[in-house]
Amino acid sequence: MSNPRSVFFVRKEFISARQAPASTIGVLGWIRNNLFSTPFNSLMTVALGGLGVWLIWGALDWLIFNAVWAGGNEACKVNPDGACWTFISTRFDQFVYGFYEKPERWRVDLILLVLFTGVFWSGWERAPARKWVGGFMLIPFPLIAWVVLYGGIFGLPVVETSQWGGFTLTLVVSLIGIIVSLPLGILLALGRRSNMPIIHSTCLFFIEFWRGVPLITVLFMAAYVLPLFFPTGLNFDQLLRALIGFALFAAAYMAEVVRGGLQSLNKGQYEAADSLGLSYWKSMRLIILPQALKAVIPGIVNTFIGLFKDTTLVLIIGLLDLLGMVHAAIADPNWSIRSVPTTGYAFVAITFFIFCYGMSRYSRFVEEKLNTGHKR
Amino acid sequence: MNTSPNLQSSAQPVIQIQKMNKWFGQFHVLKEIDLEVVTGERIVICGPSGSGKSTLIRCINRLEEHQEGQIVVDGIELTSDLKHIEQVRREVGMVFQHFNLFPHLTVLENCTLAPIWVRKQPKAEAEKTAMSYLERVKIPDQAHKYPGQLSGGQQQRVAIARSLCMQPRIMLFDEPTSALDPEMIKEVLDVMIELAETGMTMLVVTHEMGFARTVANRVIFMDDGQIIEQNEPEAFFNNPKSDRTKLFLSQILQH
Repeated sequence: MSNPRSVFFVRKEFISARQAPASTIGVLGWIRNNLFSTPFNSLMTVALGGLGVWLIWGALDWLIFNAVWAGGNEACKVNPDGACWTFISTRFDQFVYGFYEKPERWRVDLILLVLFTGVFWSGWERAPARKWVGGFMLIPFPLIAWVVLYGGIFGLPVVETSQWGGFTLTLVVSLIGIIVSLPLGILLALGRRSNMPIIHSTCLFFIEFWRGVPLITVLFMAAYVLPLFFPTGLNFDQLLRALIGFALFAAAYMAEVVRGGLQSLNKGQYEAADSLGLSYWKSMRLIILPQALKAVIPGIVNTFIGLFKDTTLVLIIGLLDLLGMVHAAIADPNWSIRSVPTTGYAFVAITFFIFCYGMSRYSRFVEEKLNTGHKR
Repeated sequence: MNTSPNLQSSAQPVIQIQKMNKWFGQFHVLKEIDLEVVTGERIVICGPSGSGKSTLIRCINRLEEHQEGQIVVDGIELTSDLKHIEQVRREVGMVFQHFNLFPHLTVLENCTLAPIWVRKQPKAEAEKTAMSYLERVKIPDQAHKYPGQLSGGQQQRVAIARSLCMQPRIMLFDEPTSALDPEMIKEVLDVMIELAETGMTMLVVTHEMGFARTVANRVIFMDDGQIIEQNEPEAFFNNPKSDRTKLFLSQILQH
């Protein structure tokens, strides 16, 4: 063998870590890497940036700078090139309360106040007794709210559900859907994964049935077809029927989201819980569901956001939610100005966006908080 | 260390498996298993992969169901009766190859969960017990960390402590060190050796033959779903009788 090259090496002085080069880190680094990394990307950045600026300027122009903020329909007739916000402000009460009688509107105000307070209280991390508040909001509150809004007891005059409308109706329908769909969806998902044949097939059938029909037909059936099967004289409130259909529909969707979470869990988690002697329901409550639900928070919030927007479909059974109210108001001959429909729909879109984005942001906050070193 | 426990003092075997057969669908995975384990015995089960050794110990705490034969643990027969199964599981602890710690709970919460919810112990008492076991496995300082923040060896030691907190009569180990980086195997084996010294009844499925030599009273070799050979460790390793055993040992032991 000829003289081999020596491969021996031993390090005497150790190298300590240094900072990365300035042009690769920080804001400058980010801009270089993401916006101007290649000539093509640089061109796209400039072109799309320019397009973005032009669109945003145009939108701001219409929404704010040229908009009409007061003065009624006369002011909007004079200036139809900007949003007609005065249309919204004059009819604002109707958009929020629907046809709810004016002297009774304090009841709606009260419920809305309790609702928003309760939601923020149970959502805020450092609030005292927030579990109790959360529990109250989930079960007693919806029932109390219904009773207060409908009336008939404690001397409160009855306000028929056909008079409920606007944003109040949007909240009522979506909240019932949201509150019912998660627990019921969890039970359905567990039932579908069950080994017991009757439970399994019942849950499976339920889920596939409600997922197989469009929500519009569910509402339509609940409102017009179902009463045909009732014995004469039995009168079930129309909104209540629609709400039940809505909630069952939502639960079927939620069941599949939850099932995805249950499936994603390592089988070892189920086995570890079993091997410690935990019963089925205890292991579900303490081990499985916390992990499964956390894994599908995006899916759950997605379903909630979808439900919130699906409430607009109650239009089909003659109930006017926020969109329905705006839609009806636009038809008013006093307001047949070019800018009015666009303003109306923009208002609805912005309102929905605020709530949906709010839900989205809260869910991201919850996800961050729950990331307790689970992912290394 | 390797001497068998005093057989006169432990009258009834703590695990009795008679003519046990198990199928996965059509596949006959455990064939005519007969096994008796006495309190305080340490048994190592080895064999090629697919031999059914993990399935066997998983039948003991009913993570798998057997179709034929009888399994009696601590005087309770394992059938589809849920109450019996839960009783058995309280007395049998299990340590898994992939640890299976609960990632959404701290180390301390992992250990106190079962004593609080199954044995109905008050929280303070459960925490005291948990901390003493965490000290025994030499990681009391990690009590408030989450499993994701620990190394593999630390996680497995927590898993052992978690099972011990239920104060079981029997501990099952399903390849406890197979998923660990080599430098962490020793710390887990040390914990298992210390546990053996306190007289715990242990069934260990493992490839760590050094551990078997140090601690086991009996080594059982399984292949193709059957118990092929069993013997005391020295006799087993130095003088295997069956050809299959000899083949297996030649493959895993380094001379």
